[in-house]
Amino acid sequence: MATENLVYERPVAFTDTPTHYCPGCTHGVAHHLVAEVLQEMNIIEKTIGVAPVGCSVFAYNYFDTDFVEAPHGRAPAMATGIKRVMPDRIVFTYQGDGDLASIGMGEIVHAAARGENLTVIFINNANFGMTGGQMAPTTLPGMKTSSSQNGRDVETQGYPIKVAEMLSTLDGVGYCVRRSLHDPKNIRLAKKAIRIAFETQARGLGFAMVELLSTCPTNWGMTPVNSLKFVEEHMIPAYPLGDFKVSEAIKGIKI
Amino acid sequence: MAKELWKGNEAIAEAAVRAGLEAYFGYPITPQTEVLEYLSRRMPELGRTFVQAESELGAINMVYGAACTGVRVMSSSSSPGMSLMMEGISYIAGTEVPAVLVNVMRGGPGLGNIAPAQGDYNQAVHGGGHGDYQPIVLAPASVQEAIDLIALSFDLAEKYRAICMLILDGCVGQMMEPAEMPEMKPIQRGNWDWATDGKMGNRKRRVLSSIYLDPIEEEKMNLRLLNRWRTIEENEVRYKEYFLDDAEIVIVGFGTAGRVALSAVREARAAGIKVGLLRPITVSPFPHKIIEQLAGRVNAFLVTEMNSGQMLEDVRLAVKGRVPVEFYGRMGGVVPFPDEILSEIHRMTKSKLSADIHPRDAWLDRMAHI
Repeated sequence: MATENLVYERPVAFTDTPTHYCPGCTHGVAHHLVAEVLQEMNIIEKTIGVAPVGCSVFAYNYFDTDFVEAPHGRAPAMATGIKRVMPDRIVFTYQGDGDLASIGMGEIVHAAARGENLTVIFINNANFGMTGGQMAPTTLPGMKTSSSQNGRDVETQGYPIKVAEMLSTLDGVGYCVRRSLHDPKNIRLAKKAIRIAFETQARGLGFAMVELLSTCPTNWGMTPVNSLKFVEEHMIPAYPLGDFKVSEAIKGIKI
Repeated sequence: MAKELWKGNEAIAEAAVRAGLEAYFGYPITPQTEVLEYLSRRMPELGRTFVQAESELGAINMVYGAACTGVRVMSSSSSPGMSLMMEGISYIAGTEVPAVLVNVMRGGPGLGNIAPAQGDYNQAVHGGGHGDYQPIVLAPASVQEAIDLIALSFDLAEKYRAICMLILDGCVGQMMEPAEMPEMKPIQRGNWDWATDGKMGNRKRRVLSSIYLDPIEEEKMNLRLLNRWRTIEENEVRYKEYFLDDAEIVIVGFGTAGRVALSAVREARAAGIKVGLLRPITVSPFPHKIIEQLAGRVNAFLVTEMNSGQMLEDVRLAVKGRVPVEFYGRMGGVVPFPDEILSEIHRMTKSKLSADIHPRDAWLDRMAHI
């Protein structure tokens, strides 16, 4: 008789609500990793999430924690307000690239510069997902989107913004890395990074952000499998994976 | 407590602290900056939260976040900064969390200037942000009144889970006057059943948002806000009456314009003219009923404002054309002198007034000399 090994269990940090994400989208993976980390660190009870505007606007439906829903791009400011008056709680934002890197660039830069003890999960899928696949600041040069129909022309539409590299220059940042969700190995590495980003906050070691390269099969017009290949072949060369800032105190964190 | 000499902006800051302010988020802008400056020292001294935000957008969203946890939170700004806050104000209204805001108004539109004005009446009272909502708006005319109203603001905001905004012109913010501070109140966090302050093991999770994706649900929310507003209108209208008992002409003015008008009223009374003053304290909810009652027994109204006649329209709605309503305003940061209002009173006693011409048009013609 074959023995059965339990290899997957729905994290208790999740509610029973099925997600609205498209098939093949890696938002679901990112949500799982966050939920698993909240559970493993035993911090579900004291966590307050801040949802963005974008595809993950309904994130508050899926996590079994207190949640607020911010105006477009303002999640880091709202999170600042919560964390400053509730410093013993764990506060995280979950934001896409339209939210964080476009309309909310001011809020994220200054939250990072102030060294707010927040954890930011940043989903980079190179487009505005919710509104139907428009160009984002992270859209690759030449990439066709519904608002760069001839392909992003850097002469007139500018260059992609490398958020993790940019924020890593700020002294208030404790932990700032980029990971990818395109294969199991990278998903494991992403989870470890998310864990460290929450540990950073739990220890009061400053601002922590994990940028996650993500897929958007629907708006990219690709199968889920081809989307994963696109991340590997096109996104990673433009957005190299790596640790851009890990402060000395955080390097010592053992998990 | 004894009277001390207080500058309006600093008095507001200290009065807020004494009312239990736990967190302040702001951004420098003249003529409001002393609120921010004062609290940058005072709040840390008491172990409370102070953040100078990167912008008014940042500040209002920090207020929004802190408000969701149920603490007493405030921001302050001046006209252009308030415009930037309108997005967050709409969200706060849509999420039904209490917050106190102060607008020390200056000349506009645009960058305008830093002189005292009342040009943001419509933005504050009739909603500058998107969607259907109404904030409670209080208009102090002195440093003492600003102190008293800031404490009231926190109570009203919490009672109705609404925004309570103080609008004062630069005069009240910058002026120094003898005023009495209330005693320091200890911080008491309300035990709210809506605050997202972490489950902490003893309750179900809570979500605060302004999203109602189903239009029927959004409409229910709109109705809830409107019904709450009706309660606010029934219970929270505040105004001050001066010499109204036998008045034949009633001046209506808020804030500094109302205070300047009072000087003119006193002079006119000394000259035997039966004129009185109604000074709205709550410009929202607006004191419609008292104006409606007065319209049944007085000969005429004169609305004085430091804008182009924004409250004028609310007065006209209450008067319903029963008696003439005249208007006198100064704009762009110009503060009227009592003499100017006195000469308007004299004009009204001497000339035949008509309800046919719009008072703003008539006033514009009289302003042709400028």
